[in-house]
Amino acid sequence: MTAVQQPGQSTEVGVTISIDGRDISVGEGATVLDACKAAGIDTPTLCYSDNLTPVNVCRVCVVELEGSRTLIPSCSRPAEEGMVVHTDSERVRHSRKMVIEFLGSGVDLSQADDLNTWADHYGAEPDRYGPKAERIDEEVKIQDDLYIRDYDKCVLCYKCVEACGDDAQHTFAIAISGRGFEARISTEFDIALPDSACVYCGNCVAVCPTNALQFKTEWDLREAAQWKPEEQTVTTTVCSYCGVGCNLEMHVQDNTIVKVTSPNDHDVTSGNLCIKGRFGWQYVQPSIEKR
Amino acid sequence: MADLKFTDDQASDAEVAAVAGVLGDTNATEHTHERVVRGGTARRHAMRHLLLPALHALQTESGWISRGGLNHVCERLGVPPAEAYGVASFYELFKVDEAPDHDGPVTHVCVDGPCRDGSELVIAQVQAAGGHTHRSPCLGQCERPTAVFIQGRRGPDVVEADSTPFALTQAGNPGLRLLQRMGVVDPTSIDSYREHGGWAALTRVIEMGADDVLTALSDSGLSGRGGAAFPTGFKWRAVREADGDTKHIVANCDESEPGTFKDRLIMERDPFALIEAMAIAAITTGADRGWVYIRGEYPLATERVRNAIDQARAAGMLGADVAGSGQPFDIEVRRGAGAYICGEETALFNSIEGFRGEPRNKPPFPTTNGLFDQPTAINNPETLLNVLPIVLDGARAYRSVGTEGSPGTRLFCLSGHVAKPGLYEMPFGTTLGELLDLAGGATGDTQAILLGGAAGSFVTPDSLDLPLTLEDTRAAGTTLGSGVVMVFDTTVDLTDMCTRISEFFRNESCGQCVPCRVGAVRQHEMMVELTGRNGQGLAPERRELHDDMARAMADASICGLGHTAASAVASAIKLGLIGSPS
Repeated sequence: MTAVQQPGQSTEVGVTISIDGRDISVGEGATVLDACKAAGIDTPTLCYSDNLTPVNVCRVCVVELEGSRTLIPSCSRPAEEGMVVHTDSERVRHSRKMVIEFLGSGVDLSQADDLNTWADHYGAEPDRYGPKAERIDEEVKIQDDLYIRDYDKCVLCYKCVEACGDDAQHTFAIAISGRGFEARISTEFDIALPDSACVYCGNCVAVCPTNALQFKTEWDLREAAQWKPEEQTVTTTVCSYCGVGCNLEMHVQDNTIVKVTSPNDHDVTSGNLCIKGRFGWQYVQPSIEKR
Repeated sequence: MADLKFTDDQASDAEVAAVAGVLGDTNATEHTHERVVRGGTARRHAMRHLLLPALHALQTESGWISRGGLNHVCERLGVPPAEAYGVASFYELFKVDEAPDHDGPVTHVCVDGPCRDGSELVIAQVQAAGGHTHRSPCLGQCERPTAVFIQGRRGPDVVEADSTPFALTQAGNPGLRLLQRMGVVDPTSIDSYREHGGWAALTRVIEMGADDVLTALSDSGLSGRGGAAFPTGFKWRAVREADGDTKHIVANCDESEPGTFKDRLIMERDPFALIEAMAIAAITTGADRGWVYIRGEYPLATERVRNAIDQARAAGMLGADVAGSGQPFDIEVRRGAGAYICGEETALFNSIEGFRGEPRNKPPFPTTNGLFDQPTAINNPETLLNVLPIVLDGARAYRSVGTEGSPGTRLFCLSGHVAKPGLYEMPFGTTLGELLDLAGGATGDTQAILLGGAAGSFVTPDSLDLPLTLEDTRAAGTTLGSGVVMVFDTTVDLTDMCTRISEFFRNESCGQCVPCRVGAVRQHEMMVELTGRNGQGLAPERRELHDDMARAMADASICGLGHTAASAVASAIKLGLIGSPS
């Protein structure tokens, strides 16, 4: 059996780079972010996910590379022999802080838990842009019973577009439309999701880092102030619909399924599911509304 | 790719015909028989570059990208409608929100730089005559404000000023290299081009061979004239050495930097020189495909370049065997559709390929992974034209003017408060004051000069002794950029001008990366706030905030737009031109 070389795995044919003064060896094809992980350095990420192609648009993972005029995105930059990288220099801290600040000044990050931890770490102050700073302010799009879109929380990380497109589902129901601050995730002419090519796999919801995309069950509970993640249990099982063997994680609150996910590191799914596995669990229990 | 899904909206017969005029009768998927369907991913990919031309056809026919029209184009090209909508909504010249309430053309009026003064009057006049207007970013006609571009409806686009006779201020100057034929040669005739020395450089290149051309280019010290000043010889050598069956030469004619109009004049007045230089690039790098991407607001340049390509092809200078060299090379023209960002080289590739004009991350670089992910040499017309004298006269002669660090000559686009605005060619090292003198001197009391365009920076009249070289401008903390020299006298409200510059970047940011998308908006808001403070200037914490924003935009943005979007405003604040209590 041939050994498959994983990115980030240290091998004899790998490369060695210096990170914050330490030499770190990683496998061929590994990124600077992989090297940071190997060095035990925690890096903020937003548009990065290990089951998607890096698009390096959020810029929160930037690091300083000696010899480079600008900072570089660690998530997508392949590690090259001899690189000298700094992950906690003043320039890095400044840009990371500003990216979080910029985002916080324009969108609602209240449910972006990871990012808020980093906002505290870097001392981001989104309020210093003043009360007149333009924010995304749109009606929540509730067009079906399966998931909602709250664009006030959207950071345009492109993850949902990738998951809908050639990184997972190959449905291409959504894309980026418009330009600049007016850019939005959109169907063609912003038609309603049930009229679009959407197949309701929910893989876009699964990758959203800010809860701009939310399962309707979660949305309804949050609206009723009944969303209690600390009381939820997660039970892993195998989807019963077909023979592929997708792992399902049933998130249960008050003895009721409130959402279904699949682990990114699962061999079969890489975090992705189909409409049946993601949403077809009502037969297990009476629906929330009917109880 | 999954099966595509469409809404019920149907294209009109006229839209179907307009699209057929671009796509012919080939579809991405052909149903040749009840059970035989030809198509596939490779076929769809191969046709996607026709999306932008097809959208142009729809816009011209219907005045917008209608729902039925978009469906039709998507069905023919095998493009998901959501993606095509994302592309259409990216461009200023495409309307996607609703059908127009009129059947006429749209008059785009420039509101940037020297056009700012007269724009509202022109808009009022057009509207009074029953016309429809659109406030436009710089239209690249800064030497003849107020710039106007008429977007046609079922008819051609028109720039009325193009019909006025052209005369080069420097005509007859023996020091001209790049502009020697401008205003002298008949730009519509290949014979006239040949009579004025045309094709001699191509013939010489075939005698020399690629290696000698690359050596001459490297020895000449030629660097890119778009702003980044990357060594051209290095770029071409990398493309030659890159692996790939298909390689591309792309002429970046998406000239959109406010204040810049040099490439437009090259295309309009000496288009065969651009074609000859591209053919030389093809022979030198081994590229077989050429592309000229011209900004959508340049109808005359587009017409002249198309004509030049047709005549060159008929004369054997393009085609299966370029001028007997054995190298196959032909050129396609693509029209942009109103997006400053598409002048960024990787955004331009995406635009040609039928995707949103969003810049790609580098590395990998275009020399190995350019257009269609294939090795590509991309240069602007001014850079390409420099190759002709280098080949004909050699690197030593080329370096006889200019400085050690900036050899040769440079095109400067002079506009604003100078006696004779226009295009000037001067050796690198000419001082700013000498350049202004050549243009008849500044008019009025000069308040400030914008070097390098909106992405450049302001200098004050104290800088008239500044030698215009890459090294001297860099040392002075400014830039030559694309050769813009825009002069403002003391009657100009620079706070207003900087507010407009910040609005320009806000509108032109593609929106992909956070520092640029949000930073450009916050900068514009700060300038609006400053305007409302009635001369009280910027509070210290606001200055600090602008510094913070500018640093992050320069450090963490993906591309040059974000890197430079705060530089002009930052320079104006630093020089005390704006933001200080008055």
